[in-house]
Amino acid sequence: MPDLYGEAMRFLTALVLTWTTAAAGALATPGQPTDGGLGLQPAVTPIMERVTSFHNILLWIIIPITLFVMGLLLWVMIRYNRKANPEASKNSHNTLLEVVWTAVPVMILIVISVFSFPLLYFQDEIPEADFTIKATGYQWYWGYEYPDHEAPEYISSMVAEEDLTGDQLRNLSVDYPLVVPVDATVRLQVTAADVIHNWAMPSFGTKMDAIPGRINETWFRVTEEGTYYGQCSELCGIRHAFMPIEVHVVSQDAFDAWVEAGPGSDEANAVIAEYTAARETRLAQLD
Amino acid sequence: MSAEAATHDDHTPSMWDWRRWVLSTNHKDIGTMYLVFAIFAGIIGGALSGLMRWELMEPGLQVFNNGFWGNEHNYNVATTMHGLIMIFFMVMPAMIGGFGNWFVPLMIGAPDMAFPRMNNISFWLLPFAFILAVMSMFVPGAGGDMGFGGGWVLYPPLSTSGHNGPAMDLLILSLHIAGVSSILGSINFITTIFNMRAPGMTIHKMPLFVWSVLVTVFLLLLSLPVLAGALTMLLTDRNFGTAFFDPAGGGDPVMYQHLFWFFGHPEVYILILPGFGIISHIVSTFSRKPIFGYLGMAYAMVAIGFIGFIVWAHHMYTVGMPVDLKAYFIAATMVIAVPTGIKIFSWIATMWGGSIEFRTPMMWAIGFIFLFTVGGVTGVVLANAGVDQSLHDTYYVVAHFHYVLSLGAVFAIFAGWYYWFEKIFGVKYNSILARLQFAFFFIGANVIFFPQHFLGLQGMPRRYVDYADGFAFWNYVSTVGYLIMLVGMVLFFLVLIDAMIRRRKADANPWGEGATTLEWTLSSPPPFHQFNELPKIK
Repeated sequence: MPDLYGEAMRFLTALVLTWTTAAAGALATPGQPTDGGLGLQPAVTPIMERVTSFHNILLWIIIPITLFVMGLLLWVMIRYNRKANPEASKNSHNTLLEVVWTAVPVMILIVISVFSFPLLYFQDEIPEADFTIKATGYQWYWGYEYPDHEAPEYISSMVAEEDLTGDQLRNLSVDYPLVVPVDATVRLQVTAADVIHNWAMPSFGTKMDAIPGRINETWFRVTEEGTYYGQCSELCGIRHAFMPIEVHVVSQDAFDAWVEAGPGSDEANAVIAEYTAARETRLAQLD
Repeated sequence: MSAEAATHDDHTPSMWDWRRWVLSTNHKDIGTMYLVFAIFAGIIGGALSGLMRWELMEPGLQVFNNGFWGNEHNYNVATTMHGLIMIFFMVMPAMIGGFGNWFVPLMIGAPDMAFPRMNNISFWLLPFAFILAVMSMFVPGAGGDMGFGGGWVLYPPLSTSGHNGPAMDLLILSLHIAGVSSILGSINFITTIFNMRAPGMTIHKMPLFVWSVLVTVFLLLLSLPVLAGALTMLLTDRNFGTAFFDPAGGGDPVMYQHLFWFFGHPEVYILILPGFGIISHIVSTFSRKPIFGYLGMAYAMVAIGFIGFIVWAHHMYTVGMPVDLKAYFIAATMVIAVPTGIKIFSWIATMWGGSIEFRTPMMWAIGFIFLFTVGGVTGVVLANAGVDQSLHDTYYVVAHFHYVLSLGAVFAIFAGWYYWFEKIFGVKYNSILARLQFAFFFIGANVIFFPQHFLGLQGMPRRYVDYADGFAFWNYVSTVGYLIMLVGMVLFFLVLIDAMIRRRKADANPWGEGATTLEWTLSSPPPFHQFNELPKIK
């Protein structure tokens, strides 16, 4: 028999803690989910910034609509229940009303599309890219290749729970992450070798199916240095939940040093680790 | 009518005569069998979701950890089978097979369905389809692991080269048989509705539930053959060396997705449209008012059915479609909000000025209208490919389609169940227990699914057996919601047991003057054969 009382208390404590901390200020670390978080992850690319603001606009439309319907329902329940209104009217037509509730939603949809289509085309039209990365989905890890830097494909696998070190995250950290320079426009080509996978990075607003026999293209330009996590987003078999994506966004110099050291090597990892540690010290001093 | 014929008409076979059920050609008996079957399948589908919520209650592997319940693959099998069972063996049999069979003939004043023997085979194919589906969970699927774990959408190559065992083949056969069953049923309904309406019942006097079933079965008839084709191609790709979906042989996995969703999108309207019909009757009955804007309501369903066929690729925004194609599918998809809005507002307008009585079915119906609105507005969000690029295949989508199905279709089923319970079984139910069930369902379902919007926005992907620690809190809340809903499910069976034991004789029309359709002119339960003299509609 599970300890129901203990569970209930645990639940309530978690509830109170989460909401008070949420109220105390944004605790979200960019690039990873926040426990108890309510909204989108913080945006670090121009695409995701636009997605976030469009989503905010949508919230301003859908929440009032939902509240309006709820209000109408509550009103009819109070005003027209049998006690309040024993005699039902027999009216079942009102042409004007029917025209209004057809036309107004149409206008709301037109407003939505005014914001929706520019975002769609902004996402889809790839600007002049600084370089290309090719990501290949395998069961159950990613392979990354930097053709413009003549770096051969290397394999990026999840770090098992028992091997986690330092501030690595369970189910999110990988052994050999992807590295890109800050403010560089990256063309990402995505494909798969066996079944369909999906390369998804919430804080970039990137999500692209990796399909065998096809190469899909998308792009991102990360405007903030940091470490960002994503996960495979198309069911691909038994270890679907365990082929995460980790991207380190670093300075151009650090990126060059990483390329020099040979992507997918422990030396290259050391370059990034050193750079990240130095950045954290720098940030700590700034605080 | 001769005396002999009259006695023959009154002859109801015994409950315990197996031939009454196995050889049944009676639309009411077949409808009852569909309902019992749907309850049975619902228990299994619901139990699978219980395993999933149990696993997801905390980070790490609790249930599918190579113990009794198997490994991560078996979690994928649970998600897959939960979806397939709930769609093909719970909602469809309950709404179309159960309520459709029971009330379409009664509402149009017909003695039975047009093809009573075909009705029999339509039903009896289903248990065999279900047995094949359940069997598939216990034969090898991928590698040595049992069952098919590729999601209810059955995308290749995961469903072809990714699952080499016979589980997937059993599933294909199961869906083929379920599809044949539905196509036969659809032909039956179309013929019945077009040809067997009582004198005077023109198409524009038909009750809205009959309209909803008519639109639904047209969708089935037009979409299921496409699914059958796609499934057959999967079968030959797997077993006979074809390469429809294999790029190595010149095929394309994305072609399968187009075929599947050409069926799959109409399918989701198939699941909800009969619910629209049910809700219309309940709202009208308990407001003591005729339905507001009857023609608008009927043709809104026709419009939803039609548009349902031209929006399928909004399920595929991330496959790498040309941008202009995406733009078209955004526009077409958002248009669906218009007829859906007409329905929501017309229901409210029906209540407006009415004299509303909050009997059990009405509570479910009002709950439905609100929850369906929530599921509807998140659908408008997802229609926009720009935002969908962030939300595709996350828990936001899971929350959205459970709001329209688990809280929409299922609430409509329970609304219909408590609306027609006395008519079907001839006994009253304990309305206090039934309202309590509603309360637990309403709270439970919202606690399960509302937090999943947050998980999706935070980026939690679907079909994950284990998640990053940052998703822990709302997953825990969601599982608590499941336990609340489980109490509601227990109450449902208590209502059944209570009604079975007490056997209080039902009234012909328990709802009073608001209930105007023809089924309320008959006794509860109706005679074994009704309308031997056709009613005349003014």
